[in-house]
Amino acid sequence: MTVAGAVRKQLPVGWNRPVPIEPEGEGELLEVAMGPHHPSTHGVFRMDVALDGERVIRLKPVFGYLHRNHEKIAEGISYLASMPYTDRLDYVCPITNNWAYALAVEKLTGQTVPERAEYLRVILGELTRFQNHASSIGFFIQEMGASGTPLMYAFREREKILDLFEELTGARMMVNYMRFGGCRVDATPAWLDHTRKVVAGLSAFVDEFEQLLRTNEILMVRTQGVGILTAELAVNAGITGPMLRASGVNYDIRKVDKYGIYDRFDFRVPLGDHGDIYDRFMIRLLEMRESIKILEQALKDIPGGPVMDPKAKIRGFRPKPGEAYGRIEAPKGELGFYLISDGGPNPYRYRVRPPSLVNLTVLEDMCLGHGIADVVLIFGSVDIVLGEVDR
Amino acid sequence: MKTVEEIKAAIERAVPEAALEVVLNPSASGQHSLRIEPGCALKVASFLRDDAELAFDFLSNVTGVDWPDKEITEKVKVQRMVTKTVDGAEPGTEQAVEETVEETQKRVEPGFLEAVYHLYSVEKREGPLVLRMRTVNRTDQVELPSLTPLWRSAEFQEREIFDLFGIVFTGHPDLRRLLMWDEFTDHPMRRDYVEPDDFEYEPTAHDDVLKRTEAHRAAMAEQAKSGPAKTGAGA
Amino acid sequence: MLGEGILKGLAETAKNFFGSYFFAERLTTVEYPEERIAPIEAARVFPFLVYDVENRDGGGPEWEAGLRCVACQICEKECPPKCIYIEKSKDKKLDYLGKAQYYPAKFDIDISVCMSCQICVEVCPFEAIKMDTAFELSTTDRFGDLLLDREQLAKPNEHYHKIHPTEAAAVDAHRAEEKMKADAKAKSAAEAAAAKGETGKMEVKPAGAGA
Repeated sequence: MTVAGAVRKQLPVGWNRPVPIEPEGEGELLEVAMGPHHPSTHGVFRMDVALDGERVIRLKPVFGYLHRNHEKIAEGISYLASMPYTDRLDYVCPITNNWAYALAVEKLTGQTVPERAEYLRVILGELTRFQNHASSIGFFIQEMGASGTPLMYAFREREKILDLFEELTGARMMVNYMRFGGCRVDATPAWLDHTRKVVAGLSAFVDEFEQLLRTNEILMVRTQGVGILTAELAVNAGITGPMLRASGVNYDIRKVDKYGIYDRFDFRVPLGDHGDIYDRFMIRLLEMRESIKILEQALKDIPGGPVMDPKAKIRGFRPKPGEAYGRIEAPKGELGFYLISDGGPNPYRYRVRPPSLVNLTVLEDMCLGHGIADVVLIFGSVDIVLGEVDR
Repeated sequence: MKTVEEIKAAIERAVPEAALEVVLNPSASGQHSLRIEPGCALKVASFLRDDAELAFDFLSNVTGVDWPDKEITEKVKVQRMVTKTVDGAEPGTEQAVEETVEETQKRVEPGFLEAVYHLYSVEKREGPLVLRMRTVNRTDQVELPSLTPLWRSAEFQEREIFDLFGIVFTGHPDLRRLLMWDEFTDHPMRRDYVEPDDFEYEPTAHDDVLKRTEAHRAAMAEQAKSGPAKTGAGA
Repeated sequence: MLGEGILKGLAETAKNFFGSYFFAERLTTVEYPEERIAPIEAARVFPFLVYDVENRDGGGPEWEAGLRCVACQICEKECPPKCIYIEKSKDKKLDYLGKAQYYPAKFDIDISVCMSCQICVEVCPFEAIKMDTAFELSTTDRFGDLLLDREQLAKPNEHYHKIHPTEAAAVDAHRAEEKMKADAKAKSAAEAAAAKGETGKMEVKPAGAGA
């Protein structure tokens, strides 16, 4: 191949495949099927692990147990009717799923979103990110053996946030709130005051959480240096979200694409040095603090006005033929929607780019050579939701 | 932000044998795509990833699309032999004369399967570059080169396309089904996929699900009447 | 000192544990079903059909005669999991504006399929279907009991006011406004017809004589 111009780096073929490990002992490898019925696999997920003693020699993830063929259902119903189905993709963060889908359709049609709706989207999106990181850390600590106490502290705050969602949208989780061109219902001043009160208490919670966990010796010994992911492999494998930033790559779609009104907010992007589990855990903790900063700014500056584009249609919505790919920084990574429209009321092709599925690509790489007890922790640090992996 | 034409020009300079085509996107998103012939795909993709200026090091999304056969009805002008009365001859006589008439013709445009790749550059913070590759047809020539050796993120997504659409990616290190179980035979996301007739009680069946439920219940009633000795097809 | 981090963590846990005896925000358990938290107004579970006691046309039970639904089948078409099944009637009834409308002969919602997305409420042009808040709906018959028919779905407007007071008040105000406009139109149409009937032809009224 003739290349005109400079080349970034010549990497040997096969550099991005997992490095095979030689078994040390004699005899056969022990093959363990972890899952699909397993309390630590975050859902119905199976890992076929081949062990030499306690060391992992081979690990193949198997999923598809929660496959509901969301993409084909979407081809048979209208664009609006797919919105409640997006709630059920990453069922811990329904708001960001709705937002990604609404963004993709707005890219397809060129609709604009009123300013108040953008602020509401940011407020709800950051609340979602906060409660997702809190539960993710909580579940991760529980898998390490902390029997659910930090998890329940995280859930105490999560309940306050879910009550806010219920007051605004009518449902705690499956909110069905975003529409193409804005949000479904406006927030009352009473709701905004309630939100301000809740946000004021979140900082104290993060302080407590950090004191409980950050210098815990058991946590540090079990997670530092375990499950290392290099920056080059992370970028090549399409990893996004806190996992990518823990490996030191400064790529946050809120800062890169500047979708919505994120360029108006002052927040930092925490980066990790080592790419191990401890870094991922700390990045989620620090991102919770950044979310609080964004929330305070958004709640202060939210303007008045409508929350829906007045020209937006609820029924009879037929975008012109074409295609669009819209993506956001969901709490788990890059959530993208790819839509092909043929001019009819239903999408011709509707594709969800799930962050959890692509983040699982390097699970084997990170687990090889570690003990089987570490597999549970490494898997917990990837932070997946099966609804998204299988759709 | 480089346009698709600029990137196409850069690829053609570096990989002279590349066969590329810009596919315009009529929607408001402005995301035009670059169609690549499968033969030169690996070289073009290597250039896109390794070039210092473009540096598309991040493959975000791999999608499969099914474009079934299209039946096109059109009016076409053809030369035909027509018997008619010709001016100048005796009235009442007919002759065979060649003339141009308009005819409605039906033809079938063959369908194909398509793989769409969305590339980003983490280093240069560049936006989506959309690549497309098409198979020859939907039945027997469904191979495409796999881009997994270049971008690891294609591993699971190409497996999913193989599972749900049936595109065989040559060069993929581990091409098995991803979401369906290994012994499954059909490709569910294709437009002509027919669900097997084994669904449960459906109280609010509509339209053709209602017809199939009723046919299914009639078949079950027949089977029950004729006794357990007969084994019917399906559930 | 080794173990310092664990001790700090234990101090946190102790603060929460002993604090739960003194501060309400540390003891958040609600002992359901003896204790219940206050219901949130906007909450939604499954749909129900609204009927008005005062607008009835024709005989039959109260809930059937006062149903607002005109069987336009828009909710059936827009429902994502297709859990609504409607059969239109053959005859028409008068609605609260005095127009003749169809009514649903059959209106089934399968709540084992319904995903509480509330799109049916959003698209209904007649304020006929709204979201209920009852969630303790378990039954023992898996196939029949979770299919709610017209009678089980119909609930009076007072029920709507009880569960969603602000929303119901807004809907009632809107319907009263529509009724006033319809009455005013009917009145002016009646006056024009009466004036025409008296003289046998259209009278040219002098300007400013009002209608």
